[in-house]
Amino acid sequence: MAFLVRRLLLTLPILFIVSVICFSMINLIPGDPATVILGPEATEQAKEQMRDRLNLNDPIPVQYLDWLGGVLHGDLGESLIDDEPVSNIILQRLPVTIELALGTFLVSLTIAVVAGILSASRRGTWVDYVSTGIALGGISIPHFWLGMMFIIIFAVNLGWLPASGYEPFFENPVANITAMILPVFATGLRESAELTRMLRSSLLEELGSDYVRTALSKGLSRRVVVMRHAVRNALVPFVTASGLQIAGLLGGLVVTETVFQLPGLGRLVVDSIEQRDFTTVQGAVLVITMIVVLVNVLVDTLYAFIDPRISAGSRG
Amino acid sequence: MSEAVTAGGSQAQTIRPPERRLAGFWNRFKRNKLAVVGLVIVAIMLLTALLAPLIAPSDPQAQDYALTLQPPGVGGLMGTDSLGSDVFSRVVFGARISLYSSLISVGIALLIGVPVGLTSGYFRGIWDEWIVMRVVDSLQAFPFLILALVIAAILGGGLGYAMIAIGIGFIPAFVRITRAQVLTVRSLDYVDAARAIGTGHVGIMLRHVLPNSLPPLLVQTTLAVGYAIIAEATLSFLGLGAEPGQPSWGSMLFQAQSYLTTAWWMAFFPGMAIFFAVLGFNLLGDGVREALDPRTYD
Repeated sequence: MAFLVRRLLLTLPILFIVSVICFSMINLIPGDPATVILGPEATEQAKEQMRDRLNLNDPIPVQYLDWLGGVLHGDLGESLIDDEPVSNIILQRLPVTIELALGTFLVSLTIAVVAGILSASRRGTWVDYVSTGIALGGISIPHFWLGMMFIIIFAVNLGWLPASGYEPFFENPVANITAMILPVFATGLRESAELTRMLRSSLLEELGSDYVRTALSKGLSRRVVVMRHAVRNALVPFVTASGLQIAGLLGGLVVTETVFQLPGLGRLVVDSIEQRDFTTVQGAVLVITMIVVLVNVLVDTLYAFIDPRISAGSRG
Repeated sequence: MSEAVTAGGSQAQTIRPPERRLAGFWNRFKRNKLAVVGLVIVAIMLLTALLAPLIAPSDPQAQDYALTLQPPGVGGLMGTDSLGSDVFSRVVFGARISLYSSLISVGIALLIGVPVGLTSGYFRGIWDEWIVMRVVDSLQAFPFLILALVIAAILGGGLGYAMIAIGIGFIPAFVRITRAQVLTVRSLDYVDAARAIGTGHVGIMLRHVLPNSLPPLLVQTTLAVGYAIIAEATLSFLGLGAEPGQPSWGSMLFQAQSYLTTAWWMAFFPGMAIFFAVLGFNLLGDGVREALDPRTYD
């Protein structure tokens, strides 16, 4: 518990700077933000209204405190397009992204654990070459392109799965899941690549260590040694790595959601950028980044529980 | 405080004459077959970019409305796109934009990240602990693509701004790597010795500390170029990088998206080009890392 509290306190400066960066977005638009948002043809009156609406006439620290006060109360401002509260829009989009992220995470973790263990325990065999080869290829593939290829193969040619057409899970679970399979696998396959490489190398390190030799020489079977001893130790760095992956994963979903036309947070960022709806961009980016920061705290805490050496001092 | 180093291995602290070190490096590098494959791919990409006008059979921007959406074979090696342009020529010229923009973005990151990491790690203190490192932490909390996307959007879109945005996204990693190296070196005897004979801070940093940071930076730079290629393609795909008419692999994929059901070749070939280019830089980076770290070879 003390560990968690200390870790949370350490994230406060990060959250502060993240909030400053998100806040500054609108002020950093080169030239007059109101002109950029409304277009050059806008009347001076409309621009003045927009400046008023965005509080651009206040001194910057006042603007920031106003904005932060709102954020702390769950008020992220209103969309510049249809005046809907940004927090409502985000809440509508969030379930899609969470479902996609969890599915992707599950798929990539499963692939990585199976492939990583197989290739490390059978080093130098064809199993190892195939899985390291795929992992190496996976790192180099832009996953939105993998998504496009999946659409061509599985949706267009084989006709097995739809290329798009998201429906909420509670309205139509079957349609929801069939629409999620391709995007989840396209992103998950790619995300698994790095994790597979990581697990393989840390497992190989464990397999070369003294305690493994001792266990083997005392007559334990190789399977028991790998599964019960080596894997357990190799999983410690793996947990951190997979947690850190969340940031990359959420970033990657921006493109996945665009390719598969899923109404998630990433797609929201892209669409809002296109429409110059900067308050929505600001809110969505803030929420995504907060999720990343909090997940990292969770992962660190989890890490401390798996590896007692880290929190030995604070768990007494 | 996480002092995690994201890339780069430790390098031997033994002192050998530079030419022997270089020969040793090359010997270790060429023993790694995958690394050599990576080097070959990167060399091919470089040549393709340089000699694009000689390799491409036609002007990548030329449009022929009589010959739209021709499949490979019928309409040239890789077919034609929805505007009747030759896909092969566009892929060839795409190597130019891709290489050029990724090198510029990584260059921006190096130019800012290395001096900041160097001075911050060398002088330490409040500036380092509370400003530089916390800003680096915060920037790294943003998913890379979203950060690049938002910066590109604020600046106004277009390939130039996309390069700057990607470059800014890479800065934190370069600050971290440089700083981590500086921290291990700054208290070593030879740095103390240099200080004792009266070398100034700038002299110590440039002549004694920086050279020690070069090996991990070299690895990170190579891998970053690969990642920048994907990032540029992604921003162009989302409409915030190269213009749709420009022969960039990302904007070709953007264009291909509307023709997935009818013209697979429009999406397939530019994607393969990205894949091989990034694979080349990844293999090269891994190879350099292993060749620099003697521990990986028994």
